[in-house]
Amino acid sequence: MGKRTLKKAFKDSLPILAGYLALGIGFGVLLHSKGYSFLWALLMSCTIYAGAGQYAAVDLLSSGASLITTAVMTLIINARHFFYGFSLLDKYKGTGKAKPYMIFALTDETYSLVCTAKIPEGIDEKKYYLFISILDQLYWISGCTIGALLGTFIPFDSTGIDFAMTALFVVIFVEQWLDTKEHLPAILGAATTLVCLFIFGAQYFIIPSMAFIAVELVIFRKRFEKSNPDSNEEKAEVSENG
Amino acid sequence: MDNNTVHSLLIVAVMAVFTALTRFLPFLAFPEGRKRPKVITYLGTVLPYALIGMLVVYCFKSVSVFAYPYCIPELLAVVLVTVLHIWKRNTLISVFGGVIFYMVLVQCVFV
Repeated sequence: MGKRTLKKAFKDSLPILAGYLALGIGFGVLLHSKGYSFLWALLMSCTIYAGAGQYAAVDLLSSGASLITTAVMTLIINARHFFYGFSLLDKYKGTGKAKPYMIFALTDETYSLVCTAKIPEGIDEKKYYLFISILDQLYWISGCTIGALLGTFIPFDSTGIDFAMTALFVVIFVEQWLDTKEHLPAILGAATTLVCLFIFGAQYFIIPSMAFIAVELVIFRKRFEKSNPDSNEEKAEVSENG
Repeated sequence: MDNNTVHSLLIVAVMAVFTALTRFLPFLAFPEGRKRPKVITYLGTVLPYALIGMLVVYCFKSVSVFAYPYCIPELLAVVLVTVLHIWKRNTLISVFGGVIFYMVLVQCVFV
């Protein structure tokens, strides 16, 4: 069973393999160009493990930023991760010793696979989440380290390969869209973020987006709860009340 | 170790701790086995839909609609990924089809 689970996790994470290698190599090359050896890339991909965060870290490192600035920047860039846990409280329940690692390894890409995975018969769900988490980080560590080792010497023109990440999110968006009749949460999420991107700019739009999305979802709660058939817990609550 | 190296190590450490903090907070606030507010359970069920929408837009944050090539390669590739996915429902075909198409666009067409 472990082997089948690992095989499915590997197959499902292939888009992330492409994306993380590309983004990781890009990061490693950038870090190398600022005079940091591959050991730094290895250290950062093992301990920080965040794409956008590590790219920002290159600037912070090379400019010798203060620790306060570093902390604030990290919170601004990675605030979106704060929401991921809410939909995984039950999925990650009972994962025991692996749980702290699985939470640590909760990147955008891992979250998007885990929160939408359809687990077929014969696949150990919790193990599948763990395998996805480990594989994704291995791809990332490999990419970052290879990039820093190669420096500027990349044997082929890889411009655009990082589109794998966008494509993966679009696929998951479409998959979710085809899966449900209630499209408003997806539209709200995308539209709110787009509006905030224009208003607040690329550096600061994520936190306002999150706040508005949360408020909007709470406002539409009655409507979504009625139309969300996946949520057994909610149904149970409704029948208790009525 | 010189001062610079120490400061760099501290930057990495602070970043690691604060990144982990953003990921751990919901699990720390609502530990296993404790009852949690219904609104949190509710948000957990609708957030994946909204957040994937957010992530799609997030990927476009550094693309300019006002300068050449006006986000056209990205939009074309997203349309292709969408069509491929509705047609075949195969993630690998959709993702890698989209990536190859996008790479051709940015390397050969919109240069």
